[in-house]
Amino acid sequence: MQLLSIVVQRIGYAVALLIAVIIFNFILLSLVPGDIAETLAGEAGGGSPELMEQIRQSYGLDKPFHVQLFNYVIRVLQGDLGTSYYFNVPVTELILERVGPTLLLVTTALLIAIVLGTLLGVIAAQNPNGLFSHLVTILALVGFSAPVFWTAFMLIVLFVSILGILPLTGMVNPTTPSGTVYWYLEVAHHLILPSLSLASVYIAQYSRLARASMMDILGSDFIRTARAKGLSQRKVIYKHGLRNAVIPVITIAGLQFSYIFSGAVVIETVFNWPGLGTLALDAILRSDTPTIMGILFFSALVVIVFNLLTDMACRIADPRIRSSRNA
Amino acid sequence: MNVARTAPLLEVDNLQVEFSTRRGIARVLDGISLSLTAGETLGIVGESGCGKSMTALSIMGLVPQPPGRIAGGEIRLGGEELLGATELRMRQIRGNEISMIFQEPMTSLNPVYTVGDQIAETVVEHEGLSKREAMNRATEMLRAVKIPAAEQRVREYPHQLSGGMRQRVMIAMALACRPQVLIADEPTTALDVTVQAQVFDLLKDLQEVSKTTIILITHDMGAIAEMADHVAVMYAGRIIETGSVEEILKDPRHPYTKGLISCVPHLVREPPADRPVLLEIPGVVPPLTDLGRGCAFELRCAMRQARCRTEKPKSRETTPDHLCACWVVEEKASV
Amino acid sequence: MYVKNIAAVLAFICFTAIVLVAVLGPVLTDLDPFRIVWMPITPPGQDGFLLGTDSLGRSIAVQILYGARASLAVGAAAAAITLVIGLLVGSLAGYYRGWIDEVLMRVTEFFQVLPPLLLSMVLVGLFSPTLQTVVFAIGVVSWTGVARLARAEFMKIRELEYVKAARSIGSKDARIIWLVILPNALPPLIVTAALTVGAAILFEAALSFLGLSDPNIVSWGKIIGDNRDYFLEAPWTVIFPGLAIFVTVLCINLIGDGLNDAFNPKLRER
Repeated sequence: MQLLSIVVQRIGYAVALLIAVIIFNFILLSLVPGDIAETLAGEAGGGSPELMEQIRQSYGLDKPFHVQLFNYVIRVLQGDLGTSYYFNVPVTELILERVGPTLLLVTTALLIAIVLGTLLGVIAAQNPNGLFSHLVTILALVGFSAPVFWTAFMLIVLFVSILGILPLTGMVNPTTPSGTVYWYLEVAHHLILPSLSLASVYIAQYSRLARASMMDILGSDFIRTARAKGLSQRKVIYKHGLRNAVIPVITIAGLQFSYIFSGAVVIETVFNWPGLGTLALDAILRSDTPTIMGILFFSALVVIVFNLLTDMACRIADPRIRSSRNA
Repeated sequence: MNVARTAPLLEVDNLQVEFSTRRGIARVLDGISLSLTAGETLGIVGESGCGKSMTALSIMGLVPQPPGRIAGGEIRLGGEELLGATELRMRQIRGNEISMIFQEPMTSLNPVYTVGDQIAETVVEHEGLSKREAMNRATEMLRAVKIPAAEQRVREYPHQLSGGMRQRVMIAMALACRPQVLIADEPTTALDVTVQAQVFDLLKDLQEVSKTTIILITHDMGAIAEMADHVAVMYAGRIIETGSVEEILKDPRHPYTKGLISCVPHLVREPPADRPVLLEIPGVVPPLTDLGRGCAFELRCAMRQARCRTEKPKSRETTPDHLCACWVVEEKASV
Repeated sequence: MYVKNIAAVLAFICFTAIVLVAVLGPVLTDLDPFRIVWMPITPPGQDGFLLGTDSLGRSIAVQILYGARASLAVGAAAAAITLVIGLLVGSLAGYYRGWIDEVLMRVTEFFQVLPPLLLSMVLVGLFSPTLQTVVFAIGVVSWTGVARLARAEFMKIRELEYVKAARSIGSKDARIIWLVILPNALPPLIVTAALTVGAAILFEAALSFLGLSDPNIVSWGKIIGDNRDYFLEAPWTVIFPGLAIFVTVLCINLIGDGLNDAFNPKLRER
């Protein structure tokens, strides 16, 4: 019962945050030099002041600020993000087209990072002064210090130029019929390098975190109890230890979703991955303001939803924090 | 230290354990010998750091090696040699034939699994029961340790239970597979005084029913008086006196034992004028890396002689079933 | 443990060298990184060009040399902004608690929800892509991590005995913050500062890689971005500038690690 009230509280808070983002968007928009009337008139080769006034009226730009703001918030909440200057289609449509690939990339990278990072850290923790542990530390430093797009290029050199086993760009060959097994396989094939590159930074972080966490746990009393019960070393480590060691990793990973999202923008550009990142960059370079704002709003929305979900997941996974106010 | 009794269930014979530390090799256990008959309770007393817990860990085969090292001796359970046994065999023994409970109930249970899961785990591991049967056994065990509403508690997490209840869970977990020996390492030190009494009562009741042999490690002489049949007094990694509880409490021989017993404060209205209210043994335990060839207690002993510094005293029987390792005592006895 | 110390020391030397080269290089030489000097896409080592030429025939080595300034300067300036904002927000929130804490935390959460790179891209895209805009854009989106850390530190230290003592004798708040809490919160903050500079450099590299920085100023990320399409034929145009970024940030991270070890000797005992 208490859990339910917490859930409702959190959702309410998320909605408030979302509205704050929308307002922020609007403020940004109003700070942009020049307005749409000038842009449109300029493209048409010039326009009389009356024409500009008409355009402004049709966009509601003659109304006072707070009225515009209110209208904007309502429109966005209904899902209307305006129309792209460049493509002349509703921004919402553009975004929905591109969401899938981006989410695929981000979630895959996140999963790889958590799984691989935790495993590396846990194995390293069992022999903290051994060779493997030092290798993991070095790998972590490299992954953490290299710009993610450079890592991507390095991986490309390795897997595309030298080994030739992975494709370079795009998500899928346009000639492959969609929805078939081949299509899924191709997507997966193309997904490997981008998600691995994106994950590299976080594998580095999480392996370090998991290693420290596991080392801590291996010295704890309940591990001693598990051994005293006659469990094998493997069970002690992977059943009793791992479950506790992974908690901080998952917590941190959940908090970093917006960073991973950011990284995806860069990675998409490198691999020509047809997601929101490439759309955003193109829109910015073309000054397609509605699209830019739309993507900003949408990514904030995704992050908020994701944070909400992870909060709930954490409460389920760690019985100690189920009914506390703050995760 | 072999007295003619019924064949001992658990025997420790001249156990020696060393630890490498930054300041040199520490002789943590220096020739420990113990003998337990089935169904009895052996108390091991001594101050912190004397090696009581290490003895228990050695029996369980849980001494971390490195930095520890079993330098010599034998441990036999029902005749079977434990120190040389394979890790596989030791795993079969732990939790199954010899169980151990520890001092800190607050942190000794895994926070992410239910108490029922953790008890059931032992049973599944050693007796191969199905998950369902194991959970039933877990509920049974919770009842046996007198936790009310056992069916509900079984599904709860450790953080939902108080310290006293967690220790009962530990006992339940330790006894779930009906082991022959239960080692209780300071089971009540971290608990409130009222809860302490409950835990000891519980252990006594359980022992009556299951005839488990108990090794009770503590620095609380009162607990020894209540629960133990025999007691071994340890100091700096050595056993300096052993005997039945009545004997030791009535007639302690070793100067250290005498000091320990007299340290127990007595609640009286009018303390005697000639005696200070709180007694202590002067000095501190010597570092285990610097133990000389002589008696470890020598520097703090009021009765010390020259021989005490140069020769380590051997354990000698003073009266039947009462052994003591002290040159002064030995001399007096032979007079 | 000693190995780590050596690494940190070496990193410090290396980093100082990089900074010196960045500052003095353009002063001592007089080259134009944008000048076309040879045939495009000449491999390194050929025709006297140490690191080859790019797709337009400009020397990679010269670009890297001159690019160091922008990359490091923007990184440092952006990190400064990040630290100032973050410290301000975090210390006030952590010290005063109550409604100030609530408000500041909501603001922090708000900024955490917007993906940093995306937001800075938007800011640079909406306003003119000059160096100042880039510095501002990076600084304004990166401060939340520092704020959280500062808040945690201040909250912790505030509860310690000597702070309570200072308050009980009536010291003014500002005095307590500056003279008592801050010096004690410094160790983790210094480590964070080091890492922030590294992060800012990476951030700038990403922005200029995407083409969203000052087009008249060369920086390491920009070199990579300019030559992106020719990567397969001329990998050195990407490898070397990236290496420069990598080595610089690596040195900074090692220094940060070294500082961390120095401030927390107990943790290293295990």
